[in-house]
Amino acid sequence: MSELLQFLFSGVTVGAVYALVALGFTIIYNASDVVNFAQGEFVMLGGMITWFAHEAGLPLPLAALIAILATACLGVAMNKLMIEPARGAPVVSLIIITIGASIFIQGAAQLVFDKQIHTFPAFSGDTPFRIGGATILPQSLWVTGGALVVFVGLWLFFTRTMLGRAVLATSNNRLAAQLVGINTGFVMTLSFALSAAIGALAGVLATPITLTAYSVGIGFALKGFAGAMLGGMGNPKGALVGGFAIGLIEALTAGYLSSQYKDAAAFVVILAVLFFLPQGLFGRKSTDRV
Amino acid sequence: MKKTLTTTALASLALLSLTSAALAEIKLGASISATGPAAFLGDPEAKTLEMLVEELNAKGGINGEQIELVLYDDGGDPNKARTFATRLVEDDGVAAIIGGTTTGTSMSILAIAEDAEVPFISLAGAIDIIDPVKPFTFKTPHTDRMACQKIFEDMQKRGFTKIGMISGTDGFGASMQAQCKSVVADYGIEIIADETYDPKDADITAQLTKIKNAEGVQAVLNPGFGQGPSIVTRNFKQLEVGLPFYQSHGVASDGFIELAGSDAAEGVRLPGTALLVADLLAEDDVQKPVVTAYKTAFEAKTGTPVSTFGGYAHDAFLIMTDAITRAGSAEPAAIRDAIEATSGLAGTTGVYTFSASDHLGLDLSAFRMLEIKNGTWALVE
Repeated sequence: MSELLQFLFSGVTVGAVYALVALGFTIIYNASDVVNFAQGEFVMLGGMITWFAHEAGLPLPLAALIAILATACLGVAMNKLMIEPARGAPVVSLIIITIGASIFIQGAAQLVFDKQIHTFPAFSGDTPFRIGGATILPQSLWVTGGALVVFVGLWLFFTRTMLGRAVLATSNNRLAAQLVGINTGFVMTLSFALSAAIGALAGVLATPITLTAYSVGIGFALKGFAGAMLGGMGNPKGALVGGFAIGLIEALTAGYLSSQYKDAAAFVVILAVLFFLPQGLFGRKSTDRV
Repeated sequence: MKKTLTTTALASLALLSLTSAALAEIKLGASISATGPAAFLGDPEAKTLEMLVEELNAKGGINGEQIELVLYDDGGDPNKARTFATRLVEDDGVAAIIGGTTTGTSMSILAIAEDAEVPFISLAGAIDIIDPVKPFTFKTPHTDRMACQKIFEDMQKRGFTKIGMISGTDGFGASMQAQCKSVVADYGIEIIADETYDPKDADITAQLTKIKNAEGVQAVLNPGFGQGPSIVTRNFKQLEVGLPFYQSHGVASDGFIELAGSDAAEGVRLPGTALLVADLLAEDDVQKPVVTAYKTAFEAKTGTPVSTFGGYAHDAFLIMTDAITRAGSAEPAAIRDAIEATSGLAGTTGVYTFSASDHLGLDLSAFRMLEIKNGTWALVE
């Protein structure tokens, strides 16, 4: 019993990180149908900038705030310098641009920071909580809490605010959105800033568990992307459920089957789900009205 | 008067530049992965070579001849390494090559060096580089298998017969896992739990729980590299497994203690090189002078702590210059013969003695069994 509980805790710890990264994908996707493969780099920057600022002597909360703001600014710059000039290009081209951005950011981080692995102290210490013979670190609860807060925030944003609906409208039909008075340029800028900030927040929360280095972005992006696909791209609920599901499947496979098949099992489940539900668990059906 | 001064100054300047040009006679080639995925290995290696060449030239070079270093950055790409090795041999006309930060790049350079009959000292770990022995190829780092043997030797001494292994699935972890499994039986030890993790995993408690619950496990070994071992060590502490815990030489650096946290790393044992414990070496230790000198010089020059990897480059350069000095010539064939005759040369990694059948030159004594005590390294006797 304590064994199962430990596997579940392990799954929750990993799943919360995946979910937080997956949530970052949703806004840009909702605004432009672009899967932003530089999302993982935002996570990396969140961790690296926080470490850098903390190392320079700033208190951790301030360092984290600077990291989130700086990454948000970088998101805006990425939109202005790379995505906007290519406006009108097909979505696939834009996705390829984000891959280029990802490689660029990774290379720049290697030069600006360094090539070593870093971490900073966990927010509430390293003493694990013991529940029924299993243990979980306080930082795991921070990440889980962070994922839930971001989820609720995004859900309210998309369903309860005018701006959130403007984002959805822009994604649905940019021209029509412009015609009803939505500033689509602003919506794109905002969505990049928010996505980058959420990514950086994920990096800040996860780094005490996962550690950080200039190269960690791609790993985060792939697992987060898998979580977002499983749950349904663009749906915050899907990102949350998808991320946790992958974490739990991995931990349970590692625990009960073999750690060799951990990643394979997760991807088999993703394939099976997408086979029967091509839009993911909570994805919106795309219908074209003629 | 003024005019004569200027003329003299000009003349002496011209003379100076002439002499330095005439002295730059020994060309040493290097292809290192100073950027790319192996940058954290290659970066200190490149810095070490540049520093040592500068130092040696300031002291007057080898046998009165200056050394010129031709250094290329192959970015960890074996194809680029091959191109650069060809350029070193054909265009630059180097007397010898140091390099090959990774096993992949080393294998590329090796093929070119063997064809051109230019001596080559690799800085990569795999035993395939020098086994079977190739006439012109040598290497400085010890192998995975030696690390396994050193660890099992220590386990045997402590009376452990049943152990668990948790290995990374990256190249380093997988290779060491295989090497350990091939020699474990020689020490009367049985692996009763064999788990793996992806180097990017954020939590490894599921695998460790299985090892913890395996019947009769007496110690746990973690072959791995990068951030994985730090996370494993933290999870090990989190689960309160409470068994003796061994790490590999892949994490033998101060960074590991920092990342895992000195609390979680307490009591962890691993095989490391003398470089890591320069201050702890006995005064009469043959490696003490060379290790201390390199550590002091590197840290003063770069402001970053020395790493085992920079030490590999240091040793390659040391072996090379020692051989050129003894050969009294910069002819590739003469250098090769002199390298093979190297005997009892103390480097930072170990004491090198090469022979026609041994192009690694190290034995198990090159590894020191270390234990982390109170957040720092201690020698295990």
